[in-house]
Amino acid sequence: MRAAVIVFPGTWSDSDTVWALERCGFKADKIWHRTSDLTGYDLVVLPGGFSYGDYLRCGAIARFSPVMGAVRMHAENGGLLIGICNGFQILCEAGILPGVLMRNSSLQFRCKDTYLISETFDSAFTSGLDRNRTYQIPMSHGEGRYVASSADLEMLEQNDQIAFRYASQSGEVSPEANPNGSIANIAGIFNSQKNVLGMMPHPERACEMLLGSEDGNRIWESVLSQA
Amino acid sequence: MEHLETLLSQVAMSEEEYGRLVDMLDREPTEVELGMTGALWSEHCGYKHSKPLFHHFPTTGPHVLTEAGAENAGAIDIGDGWVVVFKIESHNHPSALEPYEGAATGVGGILRDIFAMGMRPVALLNSLRFGPLTEAHNRTLLRGVVSGIGGYGNCVGVPTVGGEIQMHTSYSGNPLVNAMCVGVGLKTNLLSAVAEGEGNPIVLVGADTGRDGIHGATFASVELDEDSASRRPAVQVGHPFLEKLLMEACVGLAEDHSDWIVGLQDLGAAGLTSSAVEAADRGNSGIDIDVTLVPRRAENMTAYEVMLSESQERMLVIPHRKYLKEVIEYFKSWEINATEIGIVTSNGQVTIRENDTVVASMPVNIMTNPPMYTNDTAIDPVVELLALENLSLEPDIDPLITTDILFDLLQSENLSSRRWVYQQYDHQVLNNTVLKPGGDAAVIRIKGLKQGLAVSTDCNGRAVYLNPQVGAALAVAEAARNVIATGARPVAVTDCLNFGNPEKNEVAYQLEKSIIGLSDASRAFETPVISGNASLYNETPGGQIMPTPTIGMLGVISDAASRLTISPKIGNRIFLIGGSVEQSASTLAASEFQWTRTGRIAGSLSIDLKLARETGDLILLMHDEGLLSAAHDVGDGGIAVALIEMSFASGYGFRANALDLGERLDAALFGEGPSRFLVATDKPDLLISLTDGYSIPVTELGEVEATQNFSFGPIDVDLGEAYTRWNLGLDRIIGQDFTDDGNGDF
Repeated sequence: MRAAVIVFPGTWSDSDTVWALERCGFKADKIWHRTSDLTGYDLVVLPGGFSYGDYLRCGAIARFSPVMGAVRMHAENGGLLIGICNGFQILCEAGILPGVLMRNSSLQFRCKDTYLISETFDSAFTSGLDRNRTYQIPMSHGEGRYVASSADLEMLEQNDQIAFRYASQSGEVSPEANPNGSIANIAGIFNSQKNVLGMMPHPERACEMLLGSEDGNRIWESVLSQA
Repeated sequence: MEHLETLLSQVAMSEEEYGRLVDMLDREPTEVELGMTGALWSEHCGYKHSKPLFHHFPTTGPHVLTEAGAENAGAIDIGDGWVVVFKIESHNHPSALEPYEGAATGVGGILRDIFAMGMRPVALLNSLRFGPLTEAHNRTLLRGVVSGIGGYGNCVGVPTVGGEIQMHTSYSGNPLVNAMCVGVGLKTNLLSAVAEGEGNPIVLVGADTGRDGIHGATFASVELDEDSASRRPAVQVGHPFLEKLLMEACVGLAEDHSDWIVGLQDLGAAGLTSSAVEAADRGNSGIDIDVTLVPRRAENMTAYEVMLSESQERMLVIPHRKYLKEVIEYFKSWEINATEIGIVTSNGQVTIRENDTVVASMPVNIMTNPPMYTNDTAIDPVVELLALENLSLEPDIDPLITTDILFDLLQSENLSSRRWVYQQYDHQVLNNTVLKPGGDAAVIRIKGLKQGLAVSTDCNGRAVYLNPQVGAALAVAEAARNVIATGARPVAVTDCLNFGNPEKNEVAYQLEKSIIGLSDASRAFETPVISGNASLYNETPGGQIMPTPTIGMLGVISDAASRLTISPKIGNRIFLIGGSVEQSASTLAASEFQWTRTGRIAGSLSIDLKLARETGDLILLMHDEGLLSAAHDVGDGGIAVALIEMSFASGYGFRANALDLGERLDAALFGEGPSRFLVATDKPDLLISLTDGYSIPVTELGEVEATQNFSFGPIDVDLGEAYTRWNLGLDRIIGQDFTDDGNGDF
């Protein structure tokens, strides 16, 4: 499978994402944000970073980037699209996913391991995941507190669009396991067709036991198994 | 010049120095010449009080690629065609006034030093000192500095993998913010910060130039006083997004187009002045710059202001004339401005023009040859007495209070978990961090190589205060132990010499003795001092800081995957190597135990550098033989603290053997006698037989158990309770400023 990893000025997880994807068997290319054509790619990744410095609201400028038209088109045509960290923020800013990512409730940047559970397995990204275990995937963000209107939240819950929730290592979804104050411990969500995933933690960092975890690979392997 | 006195005070130049300049020029300098020379002759740029002592440093070694001080950072050849460059630098005075921006731009500056050499920054570290956190102002400084370091480092995407923080009253109002950066790359991509080749263009790249930071180098070279707040305009403001673009562009330039360029240089202290003049000095060249060509962000800037601005995120590129267009287009593709502002000449002159008017024209080698001072030294008689105190005359502690003392230490501002700090730094980006913050040293792998790098920063200012020579040697030894405890061999040192006013005899004494001690220890470990920085004049009306020669240690581990953590496994036996459990009372000198319990610093310090080196080698041999499950340096807080830290890391209890703790219970538990390691092994017999034939003390302490109980000597505690005190120590100290941070998120 071919993956396009979009590089905005200020993106920094592009190399990590390419590294993780290629280890799993993707052919991955870095795509500079001035590109407007993403044909031929099965998976598009908006990786982490501080696009345009994110001095304004995170992702608020990146959504106007030339490449975003092609990203939107790719998703509307049913292509697989994942936004990680800053990529998730950009997808929310662009209205491709509902809700918004606010300042962490601690008001501080947080870099640490989180444990995620998935409840939704009929998506390309989570089809290979196991209901009965947690996934150790690190987070690294200052603005990751997911907030949505009650109508959006109800829609997400009813349509089974919640991809990941923060949990304890043993899988309990509790306030103590919530690292940033996200509503309903939400760590990642799908669009209604489930071809678009946005998540704050970094699966591309959980790609080797040498780095502490390889649980992130399960997402990429799920995608590959769709081919 | 009618206002000569004002001008001289602005550039911190003495009348004698001015006289010397006039003699050298054989005329009065112009205002621009005086400003430029003053900046380059400042302590910050010219090292006029410290350089005469640098001859003590061992600076060469089989793998050292750079001449000390000749480039922006030191470079080490690690084999297979790869190079590591690293350096530590201070940003103390800016951080005292404006903690967020001061610390942030400190990170920005050290990053540029690394990518100016064409190497990719792969790790950041820092060494921080504050006054006691019982004072709200110090907590404010700590919060500001930590968020500034995170704000910059997180945004540029370079992991902050390690560091250290210590609090002491002497740093109140004069915090220390030392930032270290490590870069890696292929030897063939290593660049020099040189300007040579007559007629080659001088290209300024990056941010527009404003009035920010004018006289920053000068500000860094005077004591802080009540009026220092008015110097706030001397503090620069960081733009990490632009730095990220500059970093990618410069690393890419070195990797793909190094044939286009002659030299690459960053703009740091004293801005365009030091950058261009030092580059010309390296090439035995001259420079001819027209300030009207410099892109500005402020109106009506004078030539003086343009040459002395310390606007951040700027680089100087010296391309070959024929590639000028390619270089400018290349930076444009990264959405970065690049402008030709002058040319390299062969006349050895600094020529600065403003349109047709020459505003400065003087020899490069006058600007780059500041007067050098050798100050009279004298030991502070008060310190001399403190260092003679016989601690064995003090009463020992009651065994019944040892648990309380341990808890006090674990929750203290100096020894509690640093998690509150490092969680605010992205320590994982780049997917190389194989040993995260929280252990002894951080370890990063290098993709494509089997080797890894271990890095650590260290210095106990209290020990240096008590005995500068031994204290500085202890700092090197401690940094080396941290690196060795991960399984890496120490290879090189960078140092940041934070001291008070060197014109005072007792500070000159501290400086000289520290450099000698640092050098002795570096020789013992065969770790040449390959880069560094001096930050003098760290004084406030309240007095001098503890002398703090911060050591940044680089180690190389032959296989990154074999790195050791401090976390043992159930059933492991833990041994003490390199010293006995029994310790003399003098090992409490300058210790955390002494400081926390008495608020005093006294006693006689010593280190056996031969034993320190041999013990380190033995630990590495044990690691090579596959005997170790974990290792930990015995440092601040002594064996009791080091042992329980291993239990915190593993989550398992520990049961000690019946041990002879000797005559001094306090020293056995909390003494900080150097050269000691704790190692965990599941092959105790092999480990013991390996140590046969060495005259290095080895003692089996006990066993790691699947319990929640920790016992050592008279200490017997519930691991969970001890952990909570240690883990939440810093949160509780800092958290008192907030009623509620929103959730229970730790």
